[in-house]
Amino acid sequence: MGDISPFHFQAVAAVIFAIGVLGVLTRRNMIVMFMCIELMLNAANLSLVAFSREIGDDQGQIFAFMVMVVAAVEVAVGLAIIISLVRNRDTVNIDDATQMKW
Amino acid sequence: MRNALFWIFSVAAVAGAAGVVLNFKNPINSALNLVVSMLALAGLYIVLEAQFVGLIQVMVYAGAIVVLFLFVIMLLNLRGSGAPNAETHPWMKASGIVLVAISAWLLLALLGTGRAPWPDVDPSYGTTRAIGEALYSDYVLSVQVAGVLLLAGILAAVVLAKKRVD
Repeated sequence: MGDISPFHFQAVAAVIFAIGVLGVLTRRNMIVMFMCIELMLNAANLSLVAFSREIGDDQGQIFAFMVMVVAAVEVAVGLAIIISLVRNRDTVNIDDATQMKW
Repeated sequence: MRNALFWIFSVAAVAGAAGVVLNFKNPINSALNLVVSMLALAGLYIVLEAQFVGLIQVMVYAGAIVVLFLFVIMLLNLRGSGAPNAETHPWMKASGIVLVAISAWLLLALLGTGRAPWPDVDPSYGTTRAIGEALYSDYVLSVQVAGVLLLAGILAAVVLAKKRVD
């Protein structure tokens, strides 16, 4: 295997991001799709921090911190949307939420 | 030591992520797998000597976000109904295969490159002090904008989740 480098972390980030995309594409439960979006954000964060470590500069970590802030807001708003959708439609299946289909 | 921790945490992170996607029975199981993945990612940040981001990861993701997910799942009393729906989306299987192939290729390409083994950094790298000083000097506008964004998020969540009283 050899010694690891910050670049190995990019590979882990790529795998987690791919799993997240796969989840969003295949799962139909809105809450699980939402968790997969969180996985993708986390993979991006890991990539940012690994690049930050590789060049020895803190900026990438600050960027990751801001991504976390946005993710927290996004979860609060998204789960509120899911709650109001379940209240109106009584389902979490994304295929049943087609009111805005043109 | 560092190698061992990297492999342990990365295997845990990937297994947790796969568990999120592959749990069809109950979204609670997905949320608990998400916790495993988030904690393993926090471990990876600490292996990368980014202590501050690692601790924030534990507090914000494993602490707040996943608890919010669990709270909503239990509030709505959801069960099942999340299995992949291949009939309505026949292209999804193909896109999944393409995606896995691309990520495997990327993985091999990444691991094949001969990079500098482990660059040395300043001892203050990634400490709460260094990040805090940067946040409150060079990035103070970003912090302000983040505060406004959080306020907007709070208001939006309350308005959206409120029961109609008319």
